[in-house]
Amino acid sequence: MSASKKSYVVETLRKAQMIELLSKGKRIDGRQLDETRKLDVRTGVIEKANGSAIVTLGNTQVIAGVKVQPGTPFPDTPDKGVLMVGAEVLPLAAAYVEAGPPDEGAIELARVVDRGVRESEMIDLASLCIKEGKHVYAVFVDVNVLNVDGNLFDATSYAVVSALLTAKMPKYVLEGDAVKNSGEVLPVPVAKIPVSVTIARVGNTLIADPTSEEEAVMDSRITLTTDDESNICAGQKGEPGTFPPEQILQAAEVAIRRGKEIRQAIKAATGHG
Amino acid sequence: MKEKKKLIDENGLRLDGRKWDQLRPIKIEVGTLHNADGSAYIEFGKNKIAAAVYGPKEMHPKHALLPDRAVLKCRYHMAPFSVDERKNPAPSRREIEISKVIREALQPSLILEDYPRTAIQIYVEVLQSDGGSRVAGITAASLALADAGINMRDMVVGCAVGKIEGKIVLDLDDAEDKEGSGDMPFAFMPNLNLVTLLQLDGLFTPDEFRQALELAQQGARRVYEMQREALIKQYFSGGAGETTVVEEGE
Repeated sequence: MSASKKSYVVETLRKAQMIELLSKGKRIDGRQLDETRKLDVRTGVIEKANGSAIVTLGNTQVIAGVKVQPGTPFPDTPDKGVLMVGAEVLPLAAAYVEAGPPDEGAIELARVVDRGVRESEMIDLASLCIKEGKHVYAVFVDVNVLNVDGNLFDATSYAVVSALLTAKMPKYVLEGDAVKNSGEVLPVPVAKIPVSVTIARVGNTLIADPTSEEEAVMDSRITLTTDDESNICAGQKGEPGTFPPEQILQAAEVAIRRGKEIRQAIKAATGHG
Repeated sequence: MKEKKKLIDENGLRLDGRKWDQLRPIKIEVGTLHNADGSAYIEFGKNKIAAAVYGPKEMHPKHALLPDRAVLKCRYHMAPFSVDERKNPAPSRREIEISKVIREALQPSLILEDYPRTAIQIYVEVLQSDGGSRVAGITAASLALADAGINMRDMVVGCAVGKIEGKIVLDLDDAEDKEGSGDMPFAFMPNLNLVTLLQLDGLFTPDEFRQALELAQQGARRVYEMQREALIKQYFSGGAGETTVVEEGE
């Protein structure tokens, strides 16, 4: 996901053109600087998953699937369920992607989205304990990127959250020392809806929800995740550029404001309010 | 429910006796490793971290070289004995992510266009970890880059802030990081006033986020004074080859 896929000549010329446009407050696709692309969320698309969602953000498309299984807790949190978010950019998603184990970009993507879900306390992990130190529910959310057109962070975040919001899990009960499926079905216990908003810095201008074309010329990006009460619960600056401190505060303002709109859209699409 | 440790006592002091805006004791040495082109060692509280730079050197694999600048590579790694439970020496997902963000935190300070078709490799080896190892590692790695004579625009200096007992405090140690309710690693270039690394987990209100950002800059500026002093001692008063120790006096 770095800038290495494009010719330097084209990149430099394109960047000059885009910076000129941005200095007039315009973007190459006609959006406002802080405007995000059209978001479409479809849930329940994979019957065999406990929860799933396809998110389309502009031309970026990702699919998330939730699998809930009985598992063992981590030694330092014996009374809490396990949550794991994984991400993979599939080779069919863009010409530059090659098959193989997740590279540093995919690892960062999964970890930043994981942080947003975890730190917002979206999932009540304490209620996912079956027997302390022995048996807990393990919630795996895996995201596959189907088409890359920038801002994988937010598309992945919305897909993970939407899949979790609509996920149903079997109720496991203790039988002696083992757990068994009781046949009952429960919703995955969700309390909050974290929403990430990614802002790129191109030249000295901040733009929300960058496309691939914009990412190719950006200096740096910052992803900020907010919860329902406008708390900032996860953040990540990325790419080898910088931010002046005051632009970070501007980015936080945009992340809170746009985050509210996107949370409403996700709520509507998942039947949560 | 386990009894939660109180992280700030009635006198406003933290577990290790620090005030809310106080850094842990810091010790910095430059030029610590013989073979490296540049090196530095930092102790930041109980963190003990060695940083080294090799390069500019030939780029491998050849097809990945850049015609107009050097490729910057970075490895952040923790020794198996650096933490309470033995850590598997193979790079974890956490270490891969941190290697990436450290590289991206240091890259804006370097004039890589001065070294086309080459590679510059940074190593950050955490020998003992005590919370805030990535930012201490950045402070040391920036010194190692300067020690290697890589052309740069500014130093990069790191410092974390966090939230414990509902209060924004400077420089979390391991216990505070585990029990606290928020951590924000931060690095910036103090003379250019530009942020090069920012990560955050926990819960910060917009106002706390603003405070945290302000406190992080203040803390980083204080670490920068020590970073700068270490470099001056190495190159202007100690003489080449000798290491210097700078400690924060309270």
